[in-house]
Amino acid sequence: MKFKAKIFLSTAVALVVLAQAAVAGQTLDTVKDKGYLTCGVHNGLPGFSSPDDKGRWTGIDVDVCRAVAAAVFGDASKVRFTPLSAKERLTALQSGEVDVLSRNTTWTLTRDAALGLNFTGVTYYDGQGFLVRRDLGVTSALDLAGASVCVQTGTTTELNLGDYFRSNGLEYSPVVFEKSDETLAAYEAGRCDALTSDRSQLYAHRIKLRAPTEHVVLPEVISKEPLGPVVRQGDDAWFNIVKWSLFAMVNAEELGIDSGNAGRLKASSRSPAVRRLMGVEGDKGKALRLGNSWAYDIVSQVGNYGEVFERNLGADSPLQIDRGLNKLWSKGGLQYAPPVR
Amino acid sequence: MRVWRDPRLRALLFQALVLAGVIGLALFILDNTLTNLERRGITSGFDFLSSTAGFGIIQTLVDFSEESSYGRAFLVGLLNTLLVSALGIALATFLGFLVGIARLSHNWLVSRLAATYIEVFRNIPLLLQIFFWYFAVLQTLPGPRQSLAVGDVVFLNVRGLYLPKPVPEESFWWIPATLSLSVLSIILLVRWARRRQDRTGRAFHSMYASLALLLGPLLVAALVTGFPVSWELPVLKGFNFRGGLVLIPEFMALLIALSVYTAAFIAEIVRAGILSVSHGQTEAAHALGLRPLQTLRLVVIPQAMRVIIPPLTNQYLNLTKNSSLAAAVGYPDLVSVFAGTVLNQTGQAIEVIAITMAVYLTISLTIAATMNWYNRRVALVER
Repeated sequence: MKFKAKIFLSTAVALVVLAQAAVAGQTLDTVKDKGYLTCGVHNGLPGFSSPDDKGRWTGIDVDVCRAVAAAVFGDASKVRFTPLSAKERLTALQSGEVDVLSRNTTWTLTRDAALGLNFTGVTYYDGQGFLVRRDLGVTSALDLAGASVCVQTGTTTELNLGDYFRSNGLEYSPVVFEKSDETLAAYEAGRCDALTSDRSQLYAHRIKLRAPTEHVVLPEVISKEPLGPVVRQGDDAWFNIVKWSLFAMVNAEELGIDSGNAGRLKASSRSPAVRRLMGVEGDKGKALRLGNSWAYDIVSQVGNYGEVFERNLGADSPLQIDRGLNKLWSKGGLQYAPPVR
Repeated sequence: MRVWRDPRLRALLFQALVLAGVIGLALFILDNTLTNLERRGITSGFDFLSSTAGFGIIQTLVDFSEESSYGRAFLVGLLNTLLVSALGIALATFLGFLVGIARLSHNWLVSRLAATYIEVFRNIPLLLQIFFWYFAVLQTLPGPRQSLAVGDVVFLNVRGLYLPKPVPEESFWWIPATLSLSVLSIILLVRWARRRQDRTGRAFHSMYASLALLLGPLLVAALVTGFPVSWELPVLKGFNFRGGLVLIPEFMALLIALSVYTAAFIAEIVRAGILSVSHGQTEAAHALGLRPLQTLRLVVIPQAMRVIIPPLTNQYLNLTKNSSLAAAVGYPDLVSVFAGTVLNQTGQAIEVIAITMAVYLTISLTIAATMNWYNRRVALVER
């Protein structure tokens, strides 16, 4: 960087700087010292993170945060949620405002390499689609030539939209908002013909509309959207903890451990894999700088991956999303966790 | 005598200490930021400006596509900010002067109406007004197929206002050429008239002559070249209207809210300016035989302007800075496109915010400098 540029930068940084100075230390120690985890989540997306009628945060992204809290403190409730818009999320993590970002964020090369961030895994394998009114008579995204499309700013969605229409030689006008609720409101008001987002979000949005059955999600999936938790680069211990919290949930599902039987299996199982995960055999938790019951705490308090999925997005939720790509690898899906050894 | 007993030296010492403190803090911030950026592995620098943006923008005054660069997106945002600010300033000034003068009217109804306008729009937060125009007015309009239409020429719907677009033909250059010649001759005429009045005391009513000079040649030029402008009409094709000139609802909501809000403040400034000219001035002018309109034009307004200009500058600056509320309704201004979308896609917050702040500072200082220059021209010259 040239010296002139350095001087120029310095004039604008006071805000960022003060926050940055505070997070230079090890994240795990900071989290333990303050006694709770700060987790960045979506400001209202059913199934991923939204407050329920009692003001309690629910959703798969929220449960990932709870799992990390359970691993660190042995208590899944020791987490505070910071609702963030798409535009704010990465800066909030970079500046240390949140310890983990678990906010349906797509894993991309730029975010991994140029932004000083690390994705710890994939909570949900998603893809981008389009939501349109049924009476529009559109059956394929390729029929959308000349349409106005509502999209949220600062997302990979915005870029995929550009790529898709450009590569198919179609014209479109993007109507861009900062919050997903605003895109939905504009779509409902008729400002756009189509709403584009990750397909899971489209299903979540659809149940918020006045007449959900009058809207359809088009069959095209125009992108890969692996959504996962993100941490700052440069703190490998913390990176490991967040990464393995998710792996523990997937491994637990694979081993048939759920929140109901975790206690019994911990006490009586003779399977070495189960005993290792539950912390009865080996010092796996210590290697992560956690207690040995870290995974047991996650599964007994939050549940395994399958439970979390069905509760928030699948059969036990209003969204009724099929597990599809998010089935375990052994059942034809992509969810796969390295072994606890 | 000791150093701290000498007030002059003591003052110098303290100033030096404060200066050193400020410089030290600045250096600390600079160093801390650079170290942290490096340690985090966050890319820095301005190279991102030339890489491909990949997203589309709904309103662009210059060519922009997904293949264009982030630098180009910056330009698009900047021009959109300047467009809404310039139009906002023009509209707010016009409306503000109108309401301000109406507020002083002797007609009870007119002055009450003006007062109500001022009190209502001045006291509601601007953001709410933008939301009102956008969500309550423009977003409740019918869809493209049920557009409100004036003839088959102008259409208004939830996607915006569609107007016929003038398309200049080949011989169009005659029109601006004639126009600039007319303007030049009007300036010369007015100067000559003023000099003659100064010398001989005889007034020359340049108003009608100017109007003739402006319209006459223009009409002749248009007739000779056969009206070299064709109109492109908006046509409903597929989902939307194509062709024509489109004012998107985001732009309209922002422009209306900014103008209406700022006009309320300008109206009060105009009223204060006119009231500041003492009634004795008017009476003296009448005694000299000036007619009421002449009194207003030659005596009251020039003196009122001295009071009006400085606070008016403030309102212009406010309007320009307030245009950054565009992000709330998704109008692609500098903050929304550059400090929003570009910041997010590149993640280079510090560079993007620094550039954005520098741009607003430059725009504001330019407006202030222009208005100060004008203020010096109309200011009272004291001898």
